Amino acid sequence: MTARLRVWLFTVAAAVVGGFFVAACRRLPPFGTARHPYGARAVTAALAHRTANVVSSVNFDLRAFDTLGEESILFGAVLGTALLLRPARDESLSRARTERVLPTTRLFGVLLLPLALVVGVYIVAHGQLSPGGGFQGGVVLATALHLAYIAADYRVLEKVRPSAAFDVADGISAASFTVMGLAGLVSGGAFLQNFLPLGTFNQLVSGGLVPLLNAAVGFEVASGVIVLVAHFLDQALEVHPSAQAPQPEEHPT
Amino acid sequence: MNGFLPFLAAGWMLLVALYGMVTSRNLVHTVGCLAVAQSSTYVMLLGAGYRRGGTAPVFSDTAPGSRPVVDPVVQALALTDVVVGATVTALLLALTLQLRKRHGTVDPQALTGLKG
Repeated sequence: MTARLRVWLFTVAAAVVGGFFVAACRRLPPFGTARHPYGARAVTAALAHRTANVVSSVNFDLRAFDTLGEESILFGAVLGTALLLRPARDESLSRARTERVLPTTRLFGVLLLPLALVVGVYIVAHGQLSPGGGFQGGVVLATALHLAYIAADYRVLEKVRPSAAFDVADGISAASFTVMGLAGLVSGGAFLQNFLPLGTFNQLVSGGLVPLLNAAVGFEVASGVIVLVAHFLDQALEVHPSAQAPQPEEHPT
Repeated sequence: MNGFLPFLAAGWMLLVALYGMVTSRNLVHTVGCLAVAQSSTYVMLLGAGYRRGGTAPVFSDTAPGSRPVVDPVVQALALTDVVVGATVTALLLALTLQLRKRHGTVDPQALTGLKG
């Protein structure tokens, strides 16, 4: 298909989609409407389960099954990336070089790495109370570890985050979400039912299963992102095509 | 018109991103366009959940019922997808990396034949 034909086809398709989209939007409740039937019900249900952060309650209690699906996509994507970026037969590994770093940069890393880790744990742990939770805190945790790469070099980062350990941690935390769901089933309720005592509203121990599921997702996201970044950094710094391997031929453009 | 302008913005974002994907000459650019298309769903969801004068649906420092809140359901949907979308983007970029190694090109229009 030529590029021109493709654009023409797109224009026709876009006109059809756009037409139906505008027609559908006109029938939607207006922007900023005061009527949110699902939102109102979610707020009532979250307060009944003593979870102050309604968004966390929706994610890890009311629609926890949906989050299990999202979390499985995340796990699958990490697994796929790890598989795609493994060193191939015609590639060889070499150790990354040690790098010189400015003393101020090193100081920045030494001060900020523990601080960023604490912030990450705080965001995961307070997911049921204040904005945050496993998804956000996990990304903060993963980013925090990579300050070791900025403040030192790749060899230090590899010591700080043993890749194999985080591979296992990713799998275990993904599995623990399902195990907690099954625990709800065993305790006589439904899959992923909030069967734990609900605690006191607006306290660290509140919301029943929500903080635990938050922690599971936090660890999974953190180890998932660490594994992802590790594979990309390995590609850039440690994996090289072997000398005798045939180079890919260039296509004429 | 004002009542649904934000929804039209989301639709516009989606179509612009699709146009970018259709005309793309570089797979990294294609993946970027896909991320824009994905973001258009966030604009749509958060727009549908907005309530005029509403605050965040978090009751750690506001008493329940004291202020109207925006819809938490759509926020939860957008939140999970931001992180999941980032990992899926990483998967696609890994595919692009392997394509560059095996086929020597990242131009989708130059990828015509299947190769083992």
